[in-house]
Amino acid sequence: MHILVVEDDRDTREFVRSGLVQAGHTVDVADNGRDGLLVASTGSFDLIVLDRMLPEVDGLTVVRTLRASDNRVPVLILSALGEVDQRVAGLRAGGDDYLVKPFAFSELEARIEALARRTAPEGPATLLRVGDLEMDLMTRSVQRGETAIDLQPREFALLEYLMRHAGQVVTRTMLLEHVWDYHFDPQTNVIDVHISRLRAKIDKGFDEPLLHTVRGAGYKIAAGSEQV
Amino acid sequence: MRRLRQRLGAMLRTTTFHLTLSYIALFGISVSLLTLFFYWSTIGLVVRETDATLKSEITGLAEQYLEHGLDRLVQVIAHRIRNDPSGDMLYLFTTRDNRPLAGNLATFPPATPDEEGWIEFVHRRADGRQVPARARVYLLRDGLHLLVGRNIGQLRQLKQTFNRALLIGGGLTFVLAAAGGLLMSGRVLNRISAFTRTTSEIVAGRLDRRLDEHGGGDEFDLLAGHLNVMLDRLEALLESVRHVSDNIAHDLRTPLTRLRNRIELAARDAPDELRSELEASVAEADALLATFTALLRIARIESGSYDAHFESVDLARIVDDALDLYQGLAQERGVVLAADSDPACSVTGDRNLLFQAIANLIDNALKHTAAGSTVMVTAHREGDDGAAPGTVRVTVADGGPGIPAEEYTRVTQRFARLDQSRSLPGSGLGLSLVKAVAERHRGTLEFADNAPGLRVSLRLPA
Repeated sequence: MHILVVEDDRDTREFVRSGLVQAGHTVDVADNGRDGLLVASTGSFDLIVLDRMLPEVDGLTVVRTLRASDNRVPVLILSALGEVDQRVAGLRAGGDDYLVKPFAFSELEARIEALARRTAPEGPATLLRVGDLEMDLMTRSVQRGETAIDLQPREFALLEYLMRHAGQVVTRTMLLEHVWDYHFDPQTNVIDVHISRLRAKIDKGFDEPLLHTVRGAGYKIAAGSEQV
Repeated sequence: MRRLRQRLGAMLRTTTFHLTLSYIALFGISVSLLTLFFYWSTIGLVVRETDATLKSEITGLAEQYLEHGLDRLVQVIAHRIRNDPSGDMLYLFTTRDNRPLAGNLATFPPATPDEEGWIEFVHRRADGRQVPARARVYLLRDGLHLLVGRNIGQLRQLKQTFNRALLIGGGLTFVLAAAGGLLMSGRVLNRISAFTRTTSEIVAGRLDRRLDEHGGGDEFDLLAGHLNVMLDRLEALLESVRHVSDNIAHDLRTPLTRLRNRIELAARDAPDELRSELEASVAEADALLATFTALLRIARIESGSYDAHFESVDLARIVDDALDLYQGLAQERGVVLAADSDPACSVTGDRNLLFQAIANLIDNALKHTAAGSTVMVTAHREGDDGAAPGTVRVTVADGGPGIPAEEYTRVTQRFARLDQSRSLPGSGLGLSLVKAVAERHRGTLEFADNAPGLRVSLRLPA
């Protein structure tokens, strides 16, 4: 992917740039809002990682200006302001996702992957498939190979989110936000239990496990051929 | 009817009512005293002069009798009557057995004299008109009676006019005093009410609000000015504390995250035995970062700078969602996690904060409850009889060891962990966060003995 990183803090910028390059992306950088806006509106990018507090022109203004000129490039806003309350302002301005600084690189990577996938042209999918695991969104049924799998509504939603992001790491925070629809910090890793129950239903008794735990990052559903 | 009485009771307790009442009393006493003085110096004067005239007349006539005898007195009385064509003066001179000797009264009036010898009676005049009269009776030597009186019709009329004026004036006084009292107390209390409104906003976290100063330089302006200066300092202090804590957290979080990320990236290419060690380090760094985040969040909620998004939320629904999230964990630990809620427990609040609070309470309860026990979560409406909005109480009751009553206040302090729970994982910030969320919603956090176990209640105004 061709990614633009607009960040005034040199350490963060360098860290994000080298991490993304290492992950195989092409990265351009800008260190202030004015340059960022200029580069963003002249170049063609798959994604923009944008700091919220920037010199010259602040991040929210950059997003608003891009959106006003009908530029639909996915924007991931980075902010030290933190907290759920302020992400709303960022999303309202036209950002597609919001990440609080300081962030774990795996979280950034997972969200970038998710954003890129979301904007990828996609037909009206009614069938999701990972390996021999199939989810029919119309009949809301799941089967692996020839075996039908009975899922609770929440398990279904959890699996659907994972399968929509097949091959990518999804973090626990992303699952809480999208499957449970709450922004909060659990004191205990409650998600792990849900994952292990889901795993018991879809992987138990099959040779190849599909649902993987990525330590320090999150989870990933992938068949052998799709594993990176 | 009950509501009417309640509202009446509330009105009777207001300072406006008390001040108006005092004002009416003060005004009433002043006007009464003034009226009394007025009466004494006008009608009172006439009455006193009438009495004095009658007294001196009767004494004069008695002297005539003593010095010149009965015939002379009869003559004098006849002379007096002749010289008073108005007929206002009344005389009667009788023998011991009440036979009239002289005068313009036929008989003694049927009235008993008061202790000073005054009588008041109705006199029928020669022209047939009845007039009130006042007279004094004197017992002369030899048992003869002498009465000297006077028509007091005019005086009576004057008194009536005065009384009527007094009645109207009194009513007017009351109305004016009530209106004046309301006006004056209203003006004073309007400003106090404005102060109360503003200060309650400040208490609710809007530290940028200030009291109105009208610029008249009165006591209220002085008070408002002082309070505003105080608030400015308080805000500046809070701001600097917040700044410092934000900076510390920020300054520590950033390098810690960098460290964490370096380890994470290094772990990707590390040999297996080293990798698990590095990944454990990442997990520890994450736990530390989570503590910083929780600390910062509590500070932001407490200082009111957390920009909560208030909307109507159903706590029963949030309880259900939280249960759904924690049910798996509970089953894994062998704890029964159950809910029993009223339908639609609506409060105005931030759904994410409330979910966080309830999740923390459930998390704590699960942590301290042994396998085989039950954790009960309920949401109930309380005290809404239609008149006043009640509260919603969310209760999480566990079957764990509980905590001693004297520790109830301490457990909500930051990093407060009781000895028995030191071995359990957790940052010691969970309940502090719940308390901050409760207070942000003008609610309370209460602890009680579940016998056995702990019962924590989050009470929020509906």
